[in-house]
Amino acid sequence: MESLFFFIFSGLAILSAGFVVLSKNAIHSVVALIFCFFNASALFLMLGAEFLAIILILIYVGAVMVLFMFVLMMMEVNFEKLREGFMQYLPLGLMISLILLMEFAAAAASNIFVAVTHKTDPKTGEFILDEVTKNIIPKAEPLTAQVNNAAEIGKVLYTQYMFAFEVAALILLVALIGAVVLTLRTRKDVKYQSIPKQVRASKADRLRKASL
Amino acid sequence: MQCVLKWLKRQINTWLLLELVRGLALTGKYLFKPKITIEYPEERTPLSPRFRGLHALRRYDDGEERCIACKLCEVVCPALAIQIDSEEREDGSRRTTRYDIDTTLCIFCGFCEEACPVDAIVETQIFEYATENRQDLYYTKDRLLATGDKYAKQISANLADKSQYN
Amino acid sequence: MIWESVQSLFFNLDGAETVLFTLGRWVLSILAISIGVALTVAYTTYMERRIIGWIQVRQGCNRVGPFGLLQPIADGIKLFLKETIIPAKSSKFLFVVAPVLAMVPAFIAFAVIPFGETTLFGYWDEPRVMTIANVNIGVLYVMAISSLSVYGILLAGWASNSKYAFMGAIRSTCQMISYEISMGFAIVTVLMLAGSMNLAEIVHAQQGGFWNWYLIPLFPMFLVFLISGAAECSRCPFDLPEGESEIVAGFFVEYSGFWFATFSLAEYAAMILISLVTSILFLGGWYAPFPFLDALPIPGTVWLLGKAAFLIFVFIWFRATFPRYRYDQLMRLGWKVFLPWTLAWLAVIGLLIYTPGLEWVLENPISDWIAWR
Repeated sequence: MESLFFFIFSGLAILSAGFVVLSKNAIHSVVALIFCFFNASALFLMLGAEFLAIILILIYVGAVMVLFMFVLMMMEVNFEKLREGFMQYLPLGLMISLILLMEFAAAAASNIFVAVTHKTDPKTGEFILDEVTKNIIPKAEPLTAQVNNAAEIGKVLYTQYMFAFEVAALILLVALIGAVVLTLRTRKDVKYQSIPKQVRASKADRLRKASL
Repeated sequence: MQCVLKWLKRQINTWLLLELVRGLALTGKYLFKPKITIEYPEERTPLSPRFRGLHALRRYDDGEERCIACKLCEVVCPALAIQIDSEEREDGSRRTTRYDIDTTLCIFCGFCEEACPVDAIVETQIFEYATENRQDLYYTKDRLLATGDKYAKQISANLADKSQYN
Repeated sequence: MIWESVQSLFFNLDGAETVLFTLGRWVLSILAISIGVALTVAYTTYMERRIIGWIQVRQGCNRVGPFGLLQPIADGIKLFLKETIIPAKSSKFLFVVAPVLAMVPAFIAFAVIPFGETTLFGYWDEPRVMTIANVNIGVLYVMAISSLSVYGILLAGWASNSKYAFMGAIRSTCQMISYEISMGFAIVTVLMLAGSMNLAEIVHAQQGGFWNWYLIPLFPMFLVFLISGAAECSRCPFDLPEGESEIVAGFFVEYSGFWFATFSLAEYAAMILISLVTSILFLGGWYAPFPFLDALPIPGTVWLLGKAAFLIFVFIWFRATFPRYRYDQLMRLGWKVFLPWTLAWLAVIGLLIYTPGLEWVLENPISDWIAWR
């Protein structure tokens, strides 16, 4: 049953990923990519990682892809022209994908991944690591419902990976400020409206009684 | 002091959204006001005696039709909605053989009524004459006379009422 | 004999529930909620027309059936029987898919809403939460699913191949992305106090009278959430995606008949969802405003639905009162007012929780707002 669903979701993910690349219409590609993300999040759900699944939908589908689609709709891109050198670049692309595939296979066969068996504390119901086994191709097993994903991720993120987390936050902040600085320009020849000023205006400021 | 008070007042106005609350209070008050809707088929507004509705042809008290086929109404009609044919009747008087008003053309300006020297064509207070096909909106002489007969009392009362404005 | 065989279908010998029981529970609850939502949507339109009518000192629809109660049904039949037109130069597939994409998220978001607690007339010892899925990340799920509804609008606008529809879609996208952020931060303050993302847990944290509701410590966040909610489901005064006066009907200008109805259905379902979520997060969910009222034999669902109905009324009241925002003002409100406001309140709540000597503000004798301490 479980493997059936796994094959359905992963198959759909691969199919839609293929459609992303092969579709002639960019909007259709984006729609296919969204569908692909949904399947990926379904795979996360099957692993019991509901936090990751929902975050994938919330961030990627709910925000990033919306902006993608938004930009694509605003731009007039001639995709026929972009497609011209397809055969020319095909060998290079195939080579790169072959190398990637080999790397994935090598990584999976090496012992850098570890299989973790876990159990829950019978008293507190807390999630504890049991033992770490090396040299095994990892088998994805769903977590039990007692494990609170969000809390566990938070615990690891704010203790073990604190430094990496802070660095990532800093980089994002720099990018944010950079984007603001690049786009913020005040033009002298345009009249701007100061809304606080407008709101503050009262009858006394504007109205003058003339004595006749 | 005055300045601080003014500033304080503005801050309260802004942060408590008082202006929005005042707007909501106003509409909230109107929610409970008595409604002024006239619920039409059951309730009606009074109509003026000068209301210009469906046309009718009138008769004299002895049953003789008033229209003398002078065709003034046909001439004055800005929408060309009236068509009149006339012939000499056996007793020598001039009468219409055809008096048609196409109400799909008519703009209800009331000029025909104004032009008529014998008060034959009038516009009544009837406005509910919707039909299911267009043919029924073409009023022939018979139908106009029938309307006139049916509402004769009302029409003459309205005419008497109207005369005070002339 | 028959009763026993029926019982054995649903329960094992040791009283545990069988797969059939779970399946039946799911089917029944899904049916109940989707039919309930559809009917509520229909009568929300009726309520809206009547209330706006009354505020404008007229009657509203009162012709079809007693008090016009059959009006939504008549409207529904009319819309379902009308011809659906697909514009010749539209992107046909996406044109058909878009209304479905708009409606599905609006409905599946109801899956995690807890409607109350019940012991099924004393059948269960412990009261159970009335929801389709009582998941740990309910709040995130609602946020994620409601952020999906923008696709229906965006694709509808693009697939229609019409400038008005496209303008509406662009407006709607900008608006939803902007207001989702302040809405998310408003939710985070609730999570900080409740210490859980499970909607039922958040309600439990507000047990015992209205002075325990998160409305009080988080009043600015409540306002932000409510107003952003109105913007999220493009209700007046934020109905720029539709904007009848300038872009005809916005993103669904090319739609007719059944598909047109689908978009309105999605919009009203989103409004009901926002009202329910607001009453769960800030207004104590299914708990009565005073503890002694909870002892009365009134199901908690009635309180929750009553609160949600009041919020829907408030949305309608907004519509009857406020004129539509201009677009740059809308963006300014979202980014320059709500976002700093929510961030500031986030800092305030964080300081109150974690600064030694300041916790008493949130843990005073009558109320215990920090639920996880």
